[in-house]
Amino acid sequence: MTQPAPPAQQDAPMPAAKSTPDKGGSRRPLGLRMDVRNLSLLGVLAVLVAVGGFTKPDEFLATSNLQLVLTQASVIGVVTVGMTFVITSGGIDLSVGAIVALASVWATTVATQEFGFAGILFTAVVVGVGCGLVNGLLIAYGRMVPFIATLAMLASARGLALQITDGKTQIVTVDSVLDLGVRDAYILGIPPLVLVFAAVTVIGWLVLNRTTFGRRTVAVGGNAEAARLAGIDVRRQRLYLYLLSGLCCGIAAFMLIVLAGSGQNTNGNLYELDAIAAAIIGGTLLSGGRGTIVGSVLGVLVFTTITNIFALNNLESAVQQIAKGAIIVAAVLVQHRTLRGAGEA
Amino acid sequence: MAPEPPLLTMSGITKSFPGVRALDGVDLEVQAGEVHCLLGQNGAGKSTLIKVLAGAHQPDSGEIIWRGEPVSLRSPIAAMRLGIATIYQELDLVEGLSVAENVFLGHEPTSAGFVVRGFAARTATAELLQRLGHSEIDPSRLVGDLSAAHQQIVSMARALSHDVRLIVMDEPSAALDPDEVDNLFRIVGDLTADGVAVVHISHRLEEIRRIGDRVTVLKDGRAVAVGLPAESTPTRDVVALMTGRNVEYVFPERPDKPATAVKEPVLRVEGLTRRGEFAPVHLELRPGEIVGLAGLVGSGRSEILETIYGARRADGGRVLVDGAALPPGSVRAAVRAGIGLAPEERKTQGLLMLESVTRNVSLSTLSRFSRAGWLDHRAERAAAQQATRGLSLRPDNPDARIRTLSGGNQQKAVLARWLLRGCKVLLLDEPTRGVDVGARAELYAVIRRLADEGLAVLLVSSEVPEVLGLADRVLVLREGSVVHTADARELDEHRVLDLVMEGSPSA
Repeated sequence: MTQPAPPAQQDAPMPAAKSTPDKGGSRRPLGLRMDVRNLSLLGVLAVLVAVGGFTKPDEFLATSNLQLVLTQASVIGVVTVGMTFVITSGGIDLSVGAIVALASVWATTVATQEFGFAGILFTAVVVGVGCGLVNGLLIAYGRMVPFIATLAMLASARGLALQITDGKTQIVTVDSVLDLGVRDAYILGIPPLVLVFAAVTVIGWLVLNRTTFGRRTVAVGGNAEAARLAGIDVRRQRLYLYLLSGLCCGIAAFMLIVLAGSGQNTNGNLYELDAIAAAIIGGTLLSGGRGTIVGSVLGVLVFTTITNIFALNNLESAVQQIAKGAIIVAAVLVQHRTLRGAGEA
Repeated sequence: MAPEPPLLTMSGITKSFPGVRALDGVDLEVQAGEVHCLLGQNGAGKSTLIKVLAGAHQPDSGEIIWRGEPVSLRSPIAAMRLGIATIYQELDLVEGLSVAENVFLGHEPTSAGFVVRGFAARTATAELLQRLGHSEIDPSRLVGDLSAAHQQIVSMARALSHDVRLIVMDEPSAALDPDEVDNLFRIVGDLTADGVAVVHISHRLEEIRRIGDRVTVLKDGRAVAVGLPAESTPTRDVVALMTGRNVEYVFPERPDKPATAVKEPVLRVEGLTRRGEFAPVHLELRPGEIVGLAGLVGSGRSEILETIYGARRADGGRVLVDGAALPPGSVRAAVRAGIGLAPEERKTQGLLMLESVTRNVSLSTLSRFSRAGWLDHRAERAAAQQATRGLSLRPDNPDARIRTLSGGNQQKAVLARWLLRGCKVLLLDEPTRGVDVGARAELYAVIRRLADEGLAVLLVSSEVPEVLGLADRVLVLREGSVVHTADARELDEHRVLDLVMEGSPSA
């Protein structure tokens, strides 16, 4: 079999070629390539720490304050890891805050608390996964738009949470749960909730970057039609993704119960916005096809640190909100520029 | 019409997108008052050309001369100001606005610069509709409530609401009934009598002779014929220009042994049907055999492939692989049974454009590189590299981003995906679309080699020489039906073109 192989095969040098030299060797084999965007976010975090250390040197850098910042980041951080998966697949989950609320109140009813630690943890997780299941079924098999389906879940889960509590705070009386939040439970100075967050982050990173599940998530977000024609079960993948997001919400709800010592129907208010914002400034594409767990976690840390610095300096929360908004805009502008530089319209 | 200076002259227009050169030095010349037909297969560059003309795309190089002056069409507004109006195939009307609001969208008659004078707009719209012979359309009705034909008229009214000298119509007749088409052509006649030029894009060859003055044929981003007289050029020549070879392709030799005699078919299609798309199709595909489906756009070629693949659910009939019937409408079942598809639209249906070659190639085989869901990146990359090397994909770098590859190499990545999977039946839909001429011969050789190695290949192509040169057997399709089946060596291009067009009024 002779191949004609004309010399013209080296056809058409592509215009985007100039933007690719960094993507060769450093990408493999470990895939630990640090995104430029992650580096810049790390820079932002460093600047924030410097600002905090400069304005309130004694308070900001105190161990107890750092423990507080990390603990606060943990709850929303776990939610953001789940959100990152959903957004990477081209979806959105607006119901995370409401699911956290519902799971936290369901897990702290008098009846549930009778089953102790395990009962609370189990209920929180099952409620979270259950809500995710409903989201997933509606979106994957009911062909609803994720925005609408999860918006509906937002409304109804919050409503159900209010109904369960009747607006009252449900105090937790199970000591083994409360003990997780006290200083005595810290391991080498690290609060257990932060360890949970770290574990979820590591597992999330591994799943997104090291498993077929993660790869399929990226494929569905990058080009759902191509994924379908390549033989991937796109619908089942979508269902799993909302289940995963619900699971993260359940875990976060349990963490919030530990932190607050109670369950409230107002828990997790606006978590959806914080989680989406953190994922986006981290570098996950809202249109899907690209996601980074490390970026999302950095995004969460940036937001939590800002909140902390503003609180320490007694600045109004209004200023805080403005600063957050400005960071989101700046991050997305950088993202657009990066994409355009990579030759995408 | 030679003495008059042309209204519009485009020369040497080039436009590249990542991975493909959509326009490669196209010339177009339009006279005032003529209907200039622009012909070409899907992907020939027609849409890109009219988008350049509409100011929606900026050409990489080339010159546009409008009424004797070189111009640059920086934006759609710039083009509109010059008097160039474009009616797109997918009507760009706002369904939630009224007819008059759509017609004057962007240039509403106003008082004091910002108060919309709704009455003036409605009156002017009524006049435009009258001129178009459709005074029955109420200017205050919502566009979303109108029929497709009436929406087309509204689009036309919008074009005429500007001081227009050139109207570009992208397949205006595609959504229309015959008598609506008659009305459209009557309007076109009126416009050209007023000195307005019309650039008309259509797949319906008989329309060219009805209303066209001259014809420009595009193929692979080049103008293969500029300004042919529409009346005296035989339809067959036009089709030959659209589908034919403009270079001598080098086709690989067929094996001596006829595959048909030896083996059991690996793929059997029995009476497969989809209402409105294609009539019951029967075909058999044996290992080592390449079967071609020839036909014009709209003959049901791609639909048949996608239905075999399960991407469309069949209304009737069966698909059997090695004697076992596949459940209808399941891509996964087809893939598991050993069918692979290289889809028509590589970028939107085939590839993950943000990802590397490796990740595109391994997409259908992920489970092979994983244990309990954990991916072995090294094994994945090595396997992808081996598969792409076998097809001499360049660059030989599995980490290269797929979008930086040329069209031919992107197609090889799609083929590598199925080779890696080890499929038995390969469905190729326009495998050389957007592939540079030089790279085609290599792709042909690859396809033939895969067949020699025992793959069964079902090939769809709108290029008749490609089907005849590459396939062992050819099925000719017209309007959703197989009208002829023959050994490729017994057919020639003219015979196929006759079969493909048979029954069309101008043949």
